[in-house]
Amino acid sequence: MARFQSLAEAVSENLHCGDGVAMEGFTHLIPFAAAHEAIRQGIGDLTLIRMTPDLVYDQIIGMGLARRMKFSWGGNPGVGSLHRFRDAVENGWPCALEIEEHSHAAMASAFEAGAAGLPFATLRGYVGSDLPKVNPSIRHVDCPYTGERLATVPAIRPDVAFIHAQRADRKGNVLIKGIVGVQKEAVLAAKRSVVTVEEIVEDFRDEGPNAVILPHWTVTSIAVAPGGAYPSYAHGYYRRDNAFYIAWDAIARDRATFLDWMKTNVLEADPEVFVEHARRAPNEVAA
Amino acid sequence: MTAPVASPAEMMTVAAARALSSVDVCFVGIGAPSAACNLARLTHAHGVTLIYESGTIGAEPKTLPLSIGDGELCDTALCTVSVPEMFRYWLQGGRITVGFLGGAQIDRFANLNTTVVGPYDRPKVRLPGGGGAPEIAIHCGQIFITMAMGKRAFVEKLQFVTSLGHGEGGDSRLRAGAPSAGPTRVITDLCVMQPDAATMELTVVSLHPGVTREQVVGQCGWPLRFAATVAETPAPTDEELTILRDLHERMRRAHARAVEAA
Repeated sequence: MARFQSLAEAVSENLHCGDGVAMEGFTHLIPFAAAHEAIRQGIGDLTLIRMTPDLVYDQIIGMGLARRMKFSWGGNPGVGSLHRFRDAVENGWPCALEIEEHSHAAMASAFEAGAAGLPFATLRGYVGSDLPKVNPSIRHVDCPYTGERLATVPAIRPDVAFIHAQRADRKGNVLIKGIVGVQKEAVLAAKRSVVTVEEIVEDFRDEGPNAVILPHWTVTSIAVAPGGAYPSYAHGYYRRDNAFYIAWDAIARDRATFLDWMKTNVLEADPEVFVEHARRAPNEVAA
Repeated sequence: MTAPVASPAEMMTVAAARALSSVDVCFVGIGAPSAACNLARLTHAHGVTLIYESGTIGAEPKTLPLSIGDGELCDTALCTVSVPEMFRYWLQGGRITVGFLGGAQIDRFANLNTTVVGPYDRPKVRLPGGGGAPEIAIHCGQIFITMAMGKRAFVEKLQFVTSLGHGEGGDSRLRAGAPSAGPTRVITDLCVMQPDAATMELTVVSLHPGVTREQVVGQCGWPLRFAATVAETPAPTDEELTILRDLHERMRRAHARAVEAA
Protein backbone atom coordinates (compact mmCIF):
# COMPACT_ATOMS: atom_id res chain seq x y z
CA MET A 1 0.00 0.00 0.00
CA ALA A 2 1.60 3.22 -1.15
CA ARG A 3 2.63 5.66 1.56
CA PHE A 4 3.05 9.36 0.82
CA GLN A 5 6.35 10.47 2.31
CA SER A 6 8.97 13.16 1.99
CA LEU A 7 11.71 12.22 -0.45
CA ALA A 8 14.24 11.99 2.39
CA GLU A 9 12.03 9.54 4.32
CA ALA A 10 11.17 7.50 1.24
CA VAL A 11 14.87 7.07 0.43
CA SER A 12 16.07 6.31 3.96
CA GLU A 13 13.30 3.78 4.65
CA ASN A 14 13.65 1.90 1.36
CA LEU A 15 17.30 2.06 0.31
CA HIS A 16 19.94 0.40 2.48
CA CYS A 17 23.69 -0.05 2.19
CA GLY A 18 24.48 -3.08 0.05
CA ASP A 19 21.14 -3.11 -1.78
CA GLY A 20 20.57 -4.02 -5.41
CA VAL A 21 18.85 -0.91 -6.73
CA ALA A 22 17.24 -0.18 -10.09
CA MET A 23 16.70 3.51 -10.84
CA GLU A 24 15.03 3.09 -14.20
CA GLY A 25 13.86 5.40 -16.98
CA PHE A 26 14.83 4.93 -20.63
CA THR A 27 16.14 8.46 -21.35
CA HIS A 28 12.76 9.75 -20.11
CA LEU A 29 11.63 10.12 -16.46
CA ILE A 30 15.01 9.31 -14.90
CA PRO A 31 14.69 9.69 -11.11
CA PHE A 32 17.45 12.27 -10.54
CA ALA A 33 15.94 13.92 -7.45
CA ALA A 34 15.72 10.54 -5.70
CA ALA A 35 19.27 9.61 -6.72
CA HIS A 36 20.61 12.90 -5.40
CA GLU A 37 18.83 12.27 -2.10
CA ALA A 38 20.44 8.81 -1.94
CA ILE A 39 23.85 10.39 -2.59
CA ARG A 40 23.26 12.99 0.15
CA GLN A 41 22.39 10.22 2.59
CA GLY A 42 25.62 8.46 1.60
CA ILE A 43 24.00 5.06 1.09
CA GLY A 44 26.80 2.97 -0.39
CA ASP A 45 28.06 -0.48 -1.36
CA LEU A 46 25.24 -0.58 -3.89
CA THR A 47 24.70 -2.92 -6.80
CA LEU A 48 23.39 -0.58 -9.47
CA ILE A 49 20.99 -2.06 -12.01
CA ARG A 50 19.94 -0.08 -15.05
CA MET A 51 19.83 -0.60 -18.84
CA THR A 52 21.37 2.80 -19.59
CA PRO A 53 23.34 4.04 -16.55
CA ASP A 54 23.19 7.63 -17.83
CA LEU A 55 24.40 10.64 -15.82
CA VAL A 56 22.50 9.44 -12.77
CA TYR A 57 24.77 6.40 -12.22
CA ASP A 58 27.85 8.32 -13.38
CA GLN A 59 27.21 10.54 -10.36
CA ILE A 60 26.68 7.66 -7.90
CA ILE A 61 29.77 5.84 -9.21
CA GLY A 62 31.91 8.98 -9.04
CA MET A 63 30.89 9.48 -5.40
CA GLY A 64 32.16 6.00 -4.56
CA LEU A 65 28.78 4.58 -3.55
CA ALA A 66 28.63 1.68 -6.02
CA ARG A 67 30.39 -1.67 -5.74
CA ARG A 68 28.85 -3.36 -8.74
CA MET A 69 26.83 -2.46 -11.84
CA LYS A 70 24.58 -4.51 -14.10
CA PHE A 71 23.90 -2.63 -17.33
CA SER A 72 23.63 -2.79 -21.12
CA TRP A 73 24.77 0.63 -22.45
CA GLY A 74 26.99 2.94 -20.43
CA GLY A 75 27.34 6.15 -22.40
CA ASN A 76 26.12 9.75 -22.41
CA PRO A 77 23.51 9.47 -25.20
CA GLY A 78 24.51 11.42 -28.30
CA VAL A 79 27.50 12.94 -26.47
CA GLY A 80 30.06 10.21 -25.69
CA SER A 81 31.51 8.61 -22.59
CA LEU A 82 30.37 8.53 -19.00
CA HIS A 83 33.71 9.64 -17.61
CA ARG A 84 33.13 8.65 -13.97
CA PHE A 85 32.06 5.16 -15.07
CA ARG A 86 35.13 4.92 -17.29
CA ASP A 87 37.46 6.15 -14.54
CA ALA A 88 36.08 3.50 -12.17
CA VAL A 89 36.45 0.67 -14.69
CA GLU A 90 39.76 1.79 -16.21
CA ASN A 91 41.51 3.12 -13.08
CA GLY A 92 39.48 1.96 -10.07
CA TRP A 93 38.72 5.57 -9.04
CA PRO A 94 37.34 6.32 -6.49
CA CYS A 95 36.90 2.57 -6.03
CA ALA A 96 36.80 -0.50 -8.25
CA LEU A 97 33.49 -1.21 -9.97
CA GLU A 98 32.60 -4.80 -10.78
CA ILE A 99 30.48 -4.97 -13.93
CA GLU A 100 27.92 -7.42 -15.28
CA GLU A 101 27.29 -6.48 -18.86
CA HIS A 102 24.31 -7.42 -21.02
CA SER A 103 22.51 -6.31 -24.17
CA HIS A 104 19.33 -4.23 -24.04
CA ALA A 105 17.20 -7.14 -25.26
CA ALA A 106 18.51 -9.33 -22.44
CA MET A 107 18.13 -6.70 -19.70
CA ALA A 108 14.58 -5.89 -20.81
CA SER A 109 13.72 -9.59 -20.81
CA ALA A 110 15.35 -10.05 -17.40
CA PHE A 111 13.21 -7.26 -15.89
CA GLU A 112 10.15 -8.84 -17.48
CA ALA A 113 11.05 -12.23 -15.99
CA GLY A 114 11.45 -10.55 -12.60
CA ALA A 115 8.00 -9.00 -12.86
CA ALA A 116 6.58 -12.34 -14.00
CA GLY A 117 8.10 -14.21 -11.05
CA LEU A 118 10.18 -16.44 -13.33
CA PRO A 119 13.75 -17.46 -12.46
CA PHE A 120 15.19 -16.54 -15.86
CA ALA A 121 14.40 -15.09 -19.27
CA THR A 122 15.02 -16.68 -22.65
CA LEU A 123 15.79 -14.82 -25.83
CA ARG A 124 17.26 -15.41 -29.25
CA GLY A 125 20.23 -13.29 -28.41
CA TYR A 126 23.99 -12.79 -28.17
CA VAL A 127 24.50 -14.81 -31.37
CA GLY A 128 28.16 -14.46 -32.37
CA SER A 129 28.82 -11.88 -29.65
CA ASP A 130 31.73 -12.14 -27.18
CA LEU A 131 29.55 -10.94 -24.29
CA PRO A 132 28.78 -14.51 -23.05
CA LYS A 133 32.57 -15.09 -22.79
CA VAL A 134 32.94 -12.29 -20.24
CA ASN A 135 29.61 -12.63 -18.45
CA PRO A 136 29.07 -16.09 -16.92
CA SER A 137 25.45 -15.26 -16.10
CA ILE A 138 24.62 -15.43 -19.82
CA ARG A 139 23.87 -19.10 -20.45
CA HIS A 140 21.96 -21.21 -22.93
CA VAL A 141 19.11 -23.68 -22.96
CA ASP A 142 17.78 -26.02 -25.64
CA CYS A 143 14.15 -25.33 -26.51
CA PRO A 144 12.17 -28.42 -25.34
CA TYR A 145 9.90 -28.16 -28.40
CA THR A 146 12.20 -27.32 -31.31
CA GLY A 147 15.68 -28.01 -29.97
CA GLU A 148 16.77 -24.47 -30.83
CA ARG A 149 19.59 -23.15 -28.63
CA LEU A 150 18.41 -20.00 -26.88
CA ALA A 151 20.23 -17.55 -24.62
CA THR A 152 19.15 -17.18 -21.00
CA VAL A 153 19.74 -14.51 -18.38
CA PRO A 154 18.72 -14.58 -14.72
CA ALA A 155 15.62 -12.59 -13.75
CA ILE A 156 16.28 -9.18 -12.24
CA ARG A 157 14.84 -8.90 -8.72
CA PRO A 158 16.04 -5.58 -7.25
CA ASP A 159 15.78 -4.96 -3.53
CA VAL A 160 14.34 -1.61 -4.46
CA ALA A 161 13.27 0.17 -7.64
CA PHE A 162 13.14 3.95 -8.03
CA ILE A 163 11.14 5.55 -10.83
CA HIS A 164 9.82 9.02 -11.60
CA ALA A 165 6.28 9.41 -12.97
CA GLN A 166 4.05 12.23 -14.08
CA ARG A 167 1.29 11.87 -11.51
CA ALA A 168 -0.11 9.98 -8.59
CA ASP A 169 -3.74 10.22 -7.52
CA ARG A 170 -4.94 10.70 -3.94
CA LYS A 171 -4.99 6.95 -3.34
CA GLY A 172 -1.40 6.51 -4.50
CA ASN A 173 -2.03 5.01 -7.94
CA VAL A 174 0.72 6.06 -10.34
CA LEU A 175 0.45 7.18 -13.98
CA ILE A 176 3.33 6.99 -16.50
CA LYS A 177 3.06 8.47 -20.00
CA GLY A 178 5.28 8.75 -23.07
CA ILE A 179 8.39 6.60 -23.38
CA VAL A 180 7.64 4.12 -20.62
CA GLY A 181 10.86 2.08 -20.82
CA VAL A 182 11.04 -0.79 -18.33
CA GLN A 183 9.66 1.13 -15.35
CA LYS A 184 6.52 -0.95 -14.85
CA GLU A 185 8.60 -4.13 -15.00
CA ALA A 186 11.21 -2.69 -12.61
CA VAL A 187 8.59 -1.81 -9.99
CA LEU A 188 6.79 -5.14 -10.27
CA ALA A 189 10.11 -7.05 -10.12
CA ALA A 190 11.40 -5.21 -7.05
CA LYS A 191 10.81 -6.06 -3.40
CA ARG A 192 10.22 -2.37 -2.61
CA SER A 193 9.58 0.66 -4.78
CA VAL A 194 9.80 4.41 -4.52
CA VAL A 195 7.98 6.59 -7.03
CA THR A 196 8.63 10.31 -7.27
CA VAL A 197 5.95 12.30 -9.10
CA GLU A 198 5.51 15.73 -10.63
CA GLU A 199 2.18 16.22 -8.88
CA ILE A 200 -0.76 14.63 -7.10
CA VAL A 201 -4.15 14.78 -8.81
CA GLU A 202 -7.63 13.86 -7.63
CA ASP A 203 -8.09 10.79 -9.90
CA PHE A 204 -7.21 9.37 -13.34
CA ARG A 205 -10.75 9.44 -14.76
CA ASP A 206 -9.67 11.34 -17.89
CA GLU A 207 -6.63 9.21 -18.75
CA GLY A 208 -8.36 6.55 -20.86
CA PRO A 209 -8.72 2.83 -20.28
CA ASN A 210 -5.22 1.78 -21.42
CA ALA A 211 -3.11 4.29 -19.54
CA VAL A 212 0.00 2.83 -17.89
CA ILE A 213 -0.98 2.79 -14.27
CA LEU A 214 0.69 1.13 -11.33
CA PRO A 215 -2.02 0.42 -8.72
CA HIS A 216 -1.27 1.85 -5.27
CA TRP A 217 -0.88 -1.64 -3.82
CA THR A 218 2.18 -2.28 -6.03
CA VAL A 219 4.08 0.77 -4.79
CA THR A 220 5.82 1.16 -1.41
CA SER A 221 6.44 4.92 -1.19
CA ILE A 222 5.45 8.00 -3.14
CA ALA A 223 7.21 11.34 -2.81
CA VAL A 224 6.23 14.52 -4.61
CA ALA A 225 9.32 15.85 -6.40
CA PRO A 226 8.44 18.40 -9.07
CA GLY A 227 11.19 18.58 -11.68
CA GLY A 228 12.59 15.36 -10.24
CA ALA A 229 13.54 13.91 -13.63
CA TYR A 230 15.70 16.89 -14.67
CA PRO A 231 17.98 16.97 -16.75
CA SER A 232 16.05 14.09 -18.33
CA TYR A 233 12.43 14.98 -18.81
CA ALA A 234 8.81 14.46 -17.89
CA HIS A 235 6.60 14.25 -20.96
CA GLY A 236 3.92 16.93 -20.73
CA TYR A 237 5.88 18.94 -18.11
CA TYR A 238 9.37 19.83 -19.33
CA ARG A 239 11.75 18.71 -22.06
CA ARG A 240 15.09 16.95 -21.86
CA ASP A 241 17.84 19.50 -21.24
CA ASN A 242 20.15 18.29 -23.98
CA ALA A 243 22.45 21.27 -23.38
CA PHE A 244 23.08 19.99 -19.85
CA TYR A 245 23.83 16.48 -21.16
CA ILE A 246 26.40 18.09 -23.47
CA ALA A 247 27.81 20.21 -20.61
CA TRP A 248 28.12 17.13 -18.35
CA ASP A 249 30.96 15.84 -20.54
CA ALA A 250 33.31 18.59 -19.33
CA ILE A 251 32.05 18.49 -15.73
CA ALA A 252 32.59 14.74 -15.38
CA ARG A 253 35.85 14.50 -17.33
CA ASP A 254 37.94 15.91 -14.47
CA ARG A 255 37.80 14.41 -10.96
CA ALA A 256 38.09 17.72 -9.10
CA THR A 257 35.57 19.53 -11.32
CA PHE A 258 33.16 16.66 -10.79
CA LEU A 259 33.57 16.68 -7.00
CA ASP A 260 33.07 20.45 -6.88
CA TRP A 261 29.94 20.19 -8.97
CA MET A 262 28.55 17.41 -6.78
CA LYS A 263 29.30 19.36 -3.60
CA THR A 264 27.48 22.47 -4.81
CA ASN A 265 24.62 20.87 -6.70
CA VAL A 266 23.93 17.70 -4.74
CA LEU A 267 25.56 17.47 -1.31
CA GLU A 268 24.74 21.04 -0.31
CA ALA A 269 21.44 21.18 -2.20
CA ASP A 270 17.97 19.85 -1.40
CA PRO A 271 15.13 18.37 -3.50
CA GLU A 272 13.60 21.84 -3.94
CA VAL A 273 16.32 22.80 -6.45
CA PHE A 274 14.66 20.52 -8.99
CA VAL A 275 11.66 22.86 -9.18
CA GLU A 276 14.01 25.57 -10.39
CA HIS A 277 15.88 23.17 -12.71
CA ALA A 278 12.66 22.16 -14.41
CA ARG A 279 11.54 25.76 -14.74
CA ARG A 280 14.76 26.54 -16.62
CA ALA A 281 14.57 23.38 -18.78
CA PRO A 282 13.26 23.75 -22.32
CA ASN A 283 9.49 23.81 -21.94
CA GLU A 284 6.96 21.76 -23.79
CA VAL A 285 6.01 24.33 -26.41
CA ALA A 286 9.54 25.58 -27.15
CA ALA A 287 11.84 24.60 -30.05
CA MET B 1 22.65 22.63 -61.66
CA THR B 2 26.05 22.34 -60.02
CA ALA B 3 25.92 20.47 -56.76
CA PRO B 4 27.36 22.42 -53.82
CA VAL B 5 30.53 21.04 -52.26
CA ALA B 6 29.83 18.54 -49.52
CA SER B 7 32.13 17.71 -46.61
CA PRO B 8 33.18 14.04 -46.25
CA ALA B 9 30.81 13.70 -43.28
CA GLU B 10 27.92 15.10 -45.31
CA MET B 11 28.77 12.82 -48.21
CA MET B 12 28.68 9.87 -45.81
CA THR B 13 25.26 10.81 -44.44
CA VAL B 14 23.81 11.37 -47.91
CA ALA B 15 25.19 8.07 -49.23
CA ALA B 16 23.81 6.30 -46.16
CA ALA B 17 20.39 7.92 -46.59
CA ARG B 18 20.18 6.70 -50.18
CA ALA B 19 20.43 3.10 -49.01
CA LEU B 20 16.96 3.32 -47.45
CA SER B 21 13.67 3.05 -49.33
CA SER B 22 10.07 3.98 -48.61
CA VAL B 23 9.08 0.39 -47.83
CA ASP B 24 11.74 -0.07 -45.17
CA VAL B 25 11.02 -0.42 -41.49
CA CYS B 26 14.27 0.80 -39.98
CA PHE B 27 15.72 0.42 -36.48
CA VAL B 28 17.72 3.61 -36.04
CA GLY B 29 20.93 4.01 -34.07
CA ILE B 30 21.74 7.45 -32.69
CA GLY B 31 24.21 9.89 -34.30
CA ALA B 32 25.17 9.42 -37.94
CA PRO B 33 22.52 6.70 -38.54
CA SER B 34 19.76 8.96 -37.17
CA ALA B 35 20.77 11.85 -39.43
CA ALA B 36 20.86 9.53 -42.46
CA CYS B 37 17.50 7.94 -41.70
CA ASN B 38 15.77 11.28 -41.23
CA LEU B 39 17.39 12.68 -44.38
CA ALA B 40 16.02 9.67 -46.28
CA ARG B 41 12.56 10.29 -44.84
CA LEU B 42 12.65 13.96 -45.90
CA THR B 43 14.01 13.29 -49.42
CA HIS B 44 13.38 10.12 -51.45
CA ALA B 45 11.98 7.71 -48.84
CA HIS B 46 8.90 9.50 -47.50
CA GLY B 47 7.22 6.25 -46.49
CA VAL B 48 10.09 4.84 -44.42
CA THR B 49 9.14 3.81 -40.89
CA LEU B 50 11.73 4.87 -38.32
CA ILE B 51 11.87 2.94 -35.06
CA TYR B 52 14.03 3.96 -32.10
CA GLU B 53 14.86 1.49 -29.35
CA SER B 54 13.14 3.68 -26.76
CA GLY B 55 9.89 2.22 -28.12
CA THR B 56 8.86 4.91 -30.60
CA ILE B 57 7.40 3.44 -33.81
CA GLY B 58 7.03 5.67 -36.87
CA ALA B 59 8.87 8.68 -35.40
CA GLU B 60 9.00 11.77 -37.64
CA PRO B 61 11.21 14.21 -35.70
CA LYS B 62 11.57 17.77 -37.01
CA THR B 63 14.74 18.23 -34.97
CA LEU B 64 17.35 15.48 -34.88
CA PRO B 65 17.25 13.93 -31.42
CA LEU B 66 20.37 13.93 -29.22
CA SER B 67 19.33 10.68 -27.52
CA ILE B 68 17.26 7.71 -28.70
CA GLY B 69 14.55 8.79 -26.28
CA ASP B 70 14.04 12.54 -26.82
CA GLY B 71 10.43 13.66 -26.34
CA GLU B 72 10.31 14.76 -29.98
CA LEU B 73 10.41 11.09 -31.04
CA CYS B 74 7.45 10.16 -28.87
CA ASP B 75 5.50 13.29 -29.85
CA THR B 76 5.76 12.51 -33.56
CA ALA B 77 5.53 8.67 -33.42
CA LEU B 78 2.55 6.64 -34.55
CA CYS B 79 2.75 4.85 -31.21
CA THR B 80 5.15 4.21 -28.34
CA VAL B 81 5.59 0.79 -26.77
CA SER B 82 7.54 -0.39 -23.72
CA VAL B 83 11.19 -1.35 -24.12
CA PRO B 84 10.62 -5.10 -23.46
CA GLU B 85 7.87 -5.06 -26.12
CA MET B 86 10.15 -3.23 -28.55
CA PHE B 87 12.92 -5.81 -28.27
CA ARG B 88 10.73 -8.93 -28.00
CA TYR B 89 7.80 -8.38 -30.37
CA TRP B 90 9.14 -5.90 -32.88
CA LEU B 91 12.86 -6.67 -33.16
CA GLN B 92 13.06 -10.38 -32.20
CA GLY B 93 9.66 -10.90 -33.85
CA GLY B 94 11.26 -10.11 -37.20
CA ARG B 95 9.29 -6.97 -38.07
CA ILE B 96 12.30 -4.78 -38.92
CA THR B 97 13.75 -4.78 -42.45
CA VAL B 98 16.88 -2.67 -41.84
CA GLY B 99 19.04 -2.01 -38.81
CA PHE B 100 21.24 1.08 -39.09
CA LEU B 101 24.31 0.87 -36.88
CA GLY B 102 27.50 2.76 -36.16
CA GLY B 103 30.41 1.49 -34.09
CA ALA B 104 33.80 2.31 -32.65
CA GLN B 105 35.62 -0.46 -34.51
CA ILE B 106 34.88 -2.72 -37.47
CA ASP B 107 36.81 -5.57 -39.08
CA ARG B 108 36.90 -6.84 -42.67
CA PHE B 109 33.86 -9.05 -42.10
CA ALA B 110 31.83 -6.14 -40.67
CA ASN B 111 31.84 -7.44 -37.11
CA LEU B 112 31.53 -4.50 -34.69
CA ASN B 113 33.16 -3.62 -31.38
CA THR B 114 31.49 -1.06 -29.12
CA THR B 115 32.63 -2.62 -25.82
CA VAL B 116 36.33 -2.20 -25.00
CA VAL B 117 39.72 -1.38 -26.46
CA GLY B 118 42.33 -3.54 -24.72
CA PRO B 119 41.67 -6.52 -22.44
CA TYR B 120 38.11 -6.72 -21.09
CA ASP B 121 39.26 -6.88 -17.47
CA ARG B 122 41.88 -4.11 -17.78
CA PRO B 123 40.53 -1.97 -20.62
CA LYS B 124 42.56 0.79 -22.20
CA VAL B 125 39.31 2.43 -23.24
CA ARG B 126 36.00 1.41 -21.81
CA LEU B 127 33.39 2.08 -24.54
CA PRO B 128 29.64 2.38 -23.80
CA GLY B 129 28.83 -1.24 -24.69
CA GLY B 130 26.40 -3.10 -26.90
CA GLY B 131 23.04 -1.59 -26.01
CA GLY B 132 20.59 -2.82 -28.62
CA ALA B 133 23.21 -3.69 -31.23
CA PRO B 134 23.93 -7.41 -30.49
CA GLU B 135 20.32 -8.34 -31.27
CA ILE B 136 19.71 -5.63 -33.91
CA ALA B 137 22.61 -7.24 -35.79
CA ILE B 138 20.85 -10.63 -35.67
CA HIS B 139 17.15 -9.92 -36.14
CA CYS B 140 16.86 -7.17 -38.78
CA GLY B 141 16.46 -8.26 -42.40
CA GLN B 142 19.75 -6.58 -43.25
CA ILE B 143 22.21 -4.20 -41.62
CA PHE B 144 23.66 -0.95 -42.90
CA ILE B 145 26.70 0.39 -41.06
CA THR B 146 27.88 3.96 -41.27
CA MET B 147 31.18 5.13 -39.76
CA ALA B 148 34.08 7.40 -40.71
CA MET B 149 37.28 5.65 -41.84
CA GLY B 150 40.56 5.63 -39.93
CA LYS B 151 43.10 2.98 -38.93
CA ARG B 152 41.91 2.92 -35.32
CA ALA B 153 38.34 2.25 -36.46
CA PHE B 154 38.86 -0.10 -39.41
CA VAL B 155 41.08 -2.68 -37.74
CA GLU B 156 42.81 -5.92 -38.74
CA LYS B 157 41.44 -7.79 -35.72
CA LEU B 158 38.77 -6.83 -33.18
CA GLN B 159 39.74 -7.41 -29.56
CA PHE B 160 36.06 -7.82 -28.75
CA VAL B 161 33.10 -8.71 -30.97
CA THR B 162 30.04 -6.94 -29.61
CA SER B 163 27.78 -7.49 -32.62
CA LEU B 164 28.10 -10.20 -35.24
CA GLY B 165 28.67 -9.26 -38.86
CA HIS B 166 29.92 -12.02 -41.13
CA GLY B 167 31.99 -13.70 -38.43
CA GLU B 168 35.07 -15.31 -39.97
CA GLY B 169 33.66 -14.89 -43.48
CA GLY B 170 32.01 -17.32 -45.88
CA ASP B 171 28.94 -18.92 -44.33
CA SER B 172 30.17 -18.52 -40.73
CA ARG B 173 27.35 -16.12 -39.87
CA LEU B 174 24.74 -18.69 -40.81
CA ARG B 175 26.63 -21.42 -38.97
CA ALA B 176 26.73 -19.24 -35.85
CA GLY B 177 22.92 -19.25 -35.93
CA ALA B 178 22.03 -16.00 -37.68
CA PRO B 179 20.01 -16.67 -40.84
CA SER B 180 19.41 -12.98 -41.69
CA ALA B 181 21.54 -11.21 -44.32
CA GLY B 182 23.65 -9.20 -41.83
CA PRO B 183 25.71 -6.23 -42.99
CA THR B 184 25.06 -5.65 -46.70
CA ARG B 185 26.56 -2.17 -46.93
CA VAL B 186 29.14 -0.12 -45.04
CA ILE B 187 28.93 3.57 -45.85
CA THR B 188 32.00 5.59 -44.88
CA ASP B 189 33.14 9.17 -45.38
CA LEU B 190 35.35 8.05 -48.29
CA CYS B 191 33.62 5.14 -49.98
CA VAL B 192 30.89 2.50 -49.90
CA MET B 193 31.79 -1.14 -49.22
CA GLN B 194 29.81 -4.31 -49.70
CA PRO B 195 30.67 -7.87 -48.69
CA ASP B 196 32.06 -10.07 -51.46
CA ALA B 197 29.37 -12.61 -52.42
CA ALA B 198 31.58 -15.64 -51.65
CA THR B 199 34.12 -14.63 -48.99
CA MET B 200 31.89 -11.96 -47.36
CA GLU B 201 34.97 -9.73 -46.98
CA LEU B 202 34.18 -6.03 -47.29
CA THR B 203 35.05 -4.73 -50.74
CA VAL B 204 34.98 -1.15 -52.01
CA VAL B 205 32.21 -0.77 -54.60
CA SER B 206 32.19 3.00 -54.96
CA LEU B 207 34.48 5.91 -54.14
CA HIS B 208 33.06 9.29 -53.16
CA PRO B 209 33.84 12.13 -55.64
CA GLY B 210 37.51 13.17 -55.52
CA VAL B 211 38.59 10.26 -53.31
CA THR B 212 41.46 8.04 -54.53
CA ARG B 213 42.08 4.34 -53.90
CA GLU B 214 45.32 5.23 -52.08
CA GLN B 215 43.44 7.49 -49.69
CA VAL B 216 40.98 4.76 -48.76
CA VAL B 217 43.71 2.12 -48.39
CA GLY B 218 45.65 4.55 -46.15
CA GLN B 219 42.69 4.82 -43.74
CA CYS B 220 42.07 1.08 -43.42
CA GLY B 221 43.82 -1.28 -41.01
CA TRP B 222 43.64 -4.34 -43.27
CA PRO B 223 44.71 -4.79 -46.94
CA LEU B 224 41.53 -3.46 -48.49
CA ARG B 225 40.07 -5.09 -51.61
CA PHE B 226 38.25 -3.36 -54.44
CA ALA B 227 35.41 -4.75 -56.56
CA ALA B 228 36.13 -5.53 -60.23
CA THR B 229 34.27 -2.37 -61.16
CA VAL B 230 34.47 0.57 -58.77
CA ALA B 231 31.89 3.29 -59.38
CA GLU B 232 31.95 6.93 -58.30
CA THR B 233 29.34 7.70 -55.65
CA PRO B 234 27.00 10.35 -57.10
CA ALA B 235 27.64 13.70 -55.39
CA PRO B 236 24.92 15.03 -53.06
CA THR B 237 22.20 16.99 -54.83
CA ASP B 238 21.27 20.53 -53.83
CA GLU B 239 18.11 19.19 -52.24
CA GLU B 240 19.91 16.54 -50.18
CA LEU B 241 22.51 18.98 -48.89
CA THR B 242 20.04 21.74 -48.13
CA ILE B 243 17.79 19.44 -46.14
CA LEU B 244 20.72 17.83 -44.29
CA ARG B 245 22.22 21.19 -43.35
CA ASP B 246 18.85 22.42 -42.22
CA LEU B 247 18.45 19.32 -40.01
CA HIS B 248 21.87 19.86 -38.45
CA GLU B 249 21.30 23.56 -37.93
CA ARG B 250 18.00 22.96 -36.17
CA MET B 251 19.66 20.29 -34.03
CA ARG B 252 22.50 22.63 -33.12
CA ARG B 253 20.12 25.42 -32.16
CA ALA B 254 17.82 23.15 -30.19
CA HIS B 255 20.54 21.39 -28.20
CA ALA B 256 23.08 24.16 -27.66
CA ARG B 257 20.91 26.35 -25.47
CA ALA B 258 23.25 27.98 -22.99
CA VAL B 259 23.16 26.26 -19.62
CA GLU B 260 22.74 28.79 -16.86
CA ALA B 261 25.09 28.32 -13.94
CA ALA B 262 23.51 25.62 -11.81
